[in-house]
Amino acid sequence: MTEAAGLESVIEVRDLVRKFRRKQALAGVDITVPRGVVYGLVGENGAGKTTLLKHILGSLRAQSGSVRVFGMDPVKEPVAVLSQLGYLSEDRDIPGWMRVGEAIGYTQAFYPGWDEAYAESLRERFELDERAKIKTLSRGEKAKCGLLLALAYRPPLLVLDEPSSGLDPSARHDILEAIVRTVADEGRTVLFSSHLLDEVERVADVVAMIHRGKVVFEESLDSIKARHGRLLVSREEEDGPAPELPGLLHASGGGREWTLVCEGELDALRTEATARGLLVLEADTPSLEDVFLARVAPGKRKGTAS
Amino acid sequence: MKLHINPKEGKPIYRQIMDQVKYLIASGRLSPGDELPTVRGLAQDLLINPNTVARAYRELEQAGILVTRQGAGTYVSTQGTPLSREACGRLLLERARALAAEAWHLGYRLEDTLSLLRRAHEEQQAEQHNDKEDTP
Repeated sequence: MTEAAGLESVIEVRDLVRKFRRKQALAGVDITVPRGVVYGLVGENGAGKTTLLKHILGSLRAQSGSVRVFGMDPVKEPVAVLSQLGYLSEDRDIPGWMRVGEAIGYTQAFYPGWDEAYAESLRERFELDERAKIKTLSRGEKAKCGLLLALAYRPPLLVLDEPSSGLDPSARHDILEAIVRTVADEGRTVLFSSHLLDEVERVADVVAMIHRGKVVFEESLDSIKARHGRLLVSREEEDGPAPELPGLLHASGGGREWTLVCEGELDALRTEATARGLLVLEADTPSLEDVFLARVAPGKRKGTAS
Repeated sequence: MKLHINPKEGKPIYRQIMDQVKYLIASGRLSPGDELPTVRGLAQDLLINPNTVARAYRELEQAGILVTRQGAGTYVSTQGTPLSREACGRLLLERARALAAEAWHLGYRLEDTLSLLRRAHEEQQAEQHNDKEDTP
């Protein structure tokens, strides 16, 4: 416990660049994951989330820039890094011919810190049959099995790539519960990528938004919400372009009524809108999804230069 | 204690918890001295980050609504009516804004909206009266 206490962050990525042939997958990414937080990585498909996670796992080497996990380079010290890291990949790659019990035994052999009783309690909670073959499991069961294998050695860092993708509500519930339980243990850290923004909003302390290989922002969820506002306004004119407001990121609606997602403090936005002759019907904090759509959704962007 | 969290609502989740605890106290469903779930327990129940629950409890404590006894849990404060007139006003204003917006959307005039509010108030008074008769 004490040896890790001096570390401020578990993961540090600096100016990471990755090109696949012509495609720029990561264009100078910086992220810092502090210890003991739930860190949510959001972005559209193809934004670079999985590529970034692969660098953190050491399965891709940095073309330029640096990656440090627990202060180490995961490519140079894979064993030291991976022994402290539990990983659930998007395609849960467990060999299909194995039985659940065999997959548990096989994974256990790699980890001295394996907690047999914990693994068994997870297997019971997830209702996984030891004798069932992996290839016969449903998507949700496969995800739960992968999660069991990632959790049972109680790694200080849990990395989940799109953990809820394509799962039924019951499996999603188990995944979220695992995240909540993990971070409730003092000092454990969770890094997960997701396009399900209401889930990110539930559990994340810090959110990084990746768009076209770049980090658009990385900050606490509280601060993201505090510096954005959502107004529902009405105006006199029946038609014409969307109303203007300083900090406007995205306007939707038409005719008299418009929803405006803006950067700015809510009361100031309300005052400004009123000063411009708009009737403010509602003023509230946008959800993470509203902010995300306003900032990076293709074709829906309002022409405020960024 | 049953709380409902809606991440899509936009209002920060710790504020949703704070407001709902306040409503539960104001409506008498939580009484002074009642114990609240642990931070971990509520986080697992609602599937939200424990830090978020801790923040809601901390702010409710600073507002004098909850008290935490070291190592013995979190309780509803017994020190009089913890919700100041001002805090109640803020809670109600938020609801009033939503009602005003809704009424405006539906084309209701202020007088009609007010008479509906009066009716709801009377119904609620009658209900409370009945509740009192029921309990021996």
